[in-house]
Amino acid sequence: MNPNLPNSFRSGPDERGHFGIFGGRFVAETLMPLILDLEKAYADAKADPAFQAEMNVYLKDYVGRPSPLYFAERLTEHLGGAKIYLKREELNHTGSHKVNNVLGQIMVARRMGKKRIIAETGAGQHGVATATLCARFGLECVVYMGAVDVERQQPNVIRMEMLGAKVVPVQSGARTLKDAMNDALRDWVTNVHNTFYCIGTVAGPHPYPMMVRDFQSIIGHETRTQMQEAEGRLPDSLIACIGGGSNAMGLFHPFLDDPSVEIFGVEAAGHGLTQLHAASLAGGRPGVLHGNRTYLLMDADGQIEEAHSISAGLDYPGIGPEHSWLHETGRVKYLSATDEEALAAFQLLSRLEGIIPALESAHAIAKLSELAPQRPKDHLMVVNLSGRGDKDVPQVGDILKARQK
Amino acid sequence: MSTRIDARFAELKQQGRSAFVTFVMAGDPDPKTSLDILKALPKAGADVIEIGMPFTDPMADGPSIQAAGLRALKGGMTLRKTLAMVRDFRKEDNATPIVLMGYYNPIYIYGVDSFLADAKTAGVDGLIIVDLPPEEDTELCIPAIKAGLNFIRLATPTTDDKRLPAVLANTSGFVYYVAVTGITGSAAADSKVVGAAVARIKRHTALPVCVGFGIRTPEAARAIAENADGSVVGTALVDALKGSLDAEGRATPKTVSAVADLVSALAQGVRGAKQAAE
Repeated sequence: MNPNLPNSFRSGPDERGHFGIFGGRFVAETLMPLILDLEKAYADAKADPAFQAEMNVYLKDYVGRPSPLYFAERLTEHLGGAKIYLKREELNHTGSHKVNNVLGQIMVARRMGKKRIIAETGAGQHGVATATLCARFGLECVVYMGAVDVERQQPNVIRMEMLGAKVVPVQSGARTLKDAMNDALRDWVTNVHNTFYCIGTVAGPHPYPMMVRDFQSIIGHETRTQMQEAEGRLPDSLIACIGGGSNAMGLFHPFLDDPSVEIFGVEAAGHGLTQLHAASLAGGRPGVLHGNRTYLLMDADGQIEEAHSISAGLDYPGIGPEHSWLHETGRVKYLSATDEEALAAFQLLSRLEGIIPALESAHAIAKLSELAPQRPKDHLMVVNLSGRGDKDVPQVGDILKARQK
Repeated sequence: MSTRIDARFAELKQQGRSAFVTFVMAGDPDPKTSLDILKALPKAGADVIEIGMPFTDPMADGPSIQAAGLRALKGGMTLRKTLAMVRDFRKEDNATPIVLMGYYNPIYIYGVDSFLADAKTAGVDGLIIVDLPPEEDTELCIPAIKAGLNFIRLATPTTDDKRLPAVLANTSGFVYYVAVTGITGSAAADSKVVGAAVARIKRHTALPVCVGFGIRTPEAARAIAENADGSVVGTALVDALKGSLDAEGRATPKTVSAVADLVSALAQGVRGAKQAAE
């Protein structure tokens, strides 16, 4: 562990948006005034009890919170070690944790008087959540999605369009999440006067990593309370998958200052860490992209490299800056799971618990399968089931069918 | 500290005309052609040269300049080679100011101190880094000033009077006014609106104000020149270059002249302008 540990892991970022050396505000001047406005609007909202009260109503009656903390009995038996609980974020309205953050941001956008919402999306879960809340509040919605992802996540594209959003297939670069974010930023630079950029993960310029984390922290807060009720104590370990890292940060953050809780993030190792992958902590180094300094996959010249993951939601060459900081301080251990491991975990959870996980969440299940057997039976392990797998059924079905031949 | 940029603007002021600033992407479509284009620019009438440093993820650029950057990267361009290109240019031209324009990550990875030292030695005069607002001045702006390079800031229609002093505080060389909110290659701005915006910036600074984004024709260049200390043309030049390439995206014998001819035409427009009222 780093000898210069902070007194608290929960006090960041500083007033300039830094977690250690990570984070910051690396954006074009056109956006800077708006980012400062957003910082102020969010601070005002956070301090306003009416804002939280209104959020709570929607979180309960519209999103369906709290999401259950479910004891996965058959999975526990099968793995033969730690007692496994699933935090059921896949049961939220729209099918993933993404809605927690979108609700918060849309309410901030309304306070700022913005009528047009843009978003980037990888797997389409953030896009669907954004399209849903824009429909609910009567806002114009434009979602940027890499053309490759449009192809592999068709069910979500159809959903977004049914909800009244315009989905723009992004043809630049690798045509995945990174490029969708570039094009969303370009839209924002152009339409800054009337547009709110609803970022889907704990990345981007300050205050986004902090704001998104705050909105997602409800996952960890509920888990604390629910575990107290179920077992009368804190969990011993937490596991979550990481693309940008919002579901993980939401689960982890309320536990960062509880030293007894081991915390594991799982990056996407794609074809393997020596080949094409999306594990920026395992295979990258600090750089600057999309408004923040963080670990990135890049070449010797600082050109960003294309990531690869079977899961569109993890297919991103960066990671939220707070994760980079938690990695360097050693508070969170970051592991990675390959496409193959995720596919196996996808099937395992479906067969044993009757829950089809998103391919993203299947990466967390994959490492759970490794970690749980090494722990005693009274070890309480929580895995964040960040999304449901309906959207992945056609893709996984095709892969499995091709293998039977 | 006086750079080639300061000298050039002082000289143009004496001549009573507005500067013509050209942007080309380093290494587009290949390093050799790119150097030939660079060498042709001053002869064709460029007063200041901005050289794009290619980057995979240019968040503030439109499709033309994105594609130019990708062509350059495909042709093997790197930041090191961009500096080498400036060095080669300087062997023949020690007067035309060179400004490198791009994004921070390649510089950060090169190493800020070694980049600044190498850039200065190569003959670079100034930097425009799109994703470094004043809030991040300690990263590169302050070290660049210490190294004797101008740090040129973008001001935009969203930069209001309250914010302008912060934007101008560590700016030197000139101020680059982005005439429209948008990516490079966006629609042209109205010259009257631009005139008012330039006047607003000049209330806060004695630096020359150059205007870019949306200038494609000699007429537009002339209209901007009448309202500003300089006009910047980028996308139109990059498009002219692209139009000269063969089906595989390689340079042809027409490539250098395609860019140089357009620069000459636009420079005529600028030189035909009535000098803006001081």
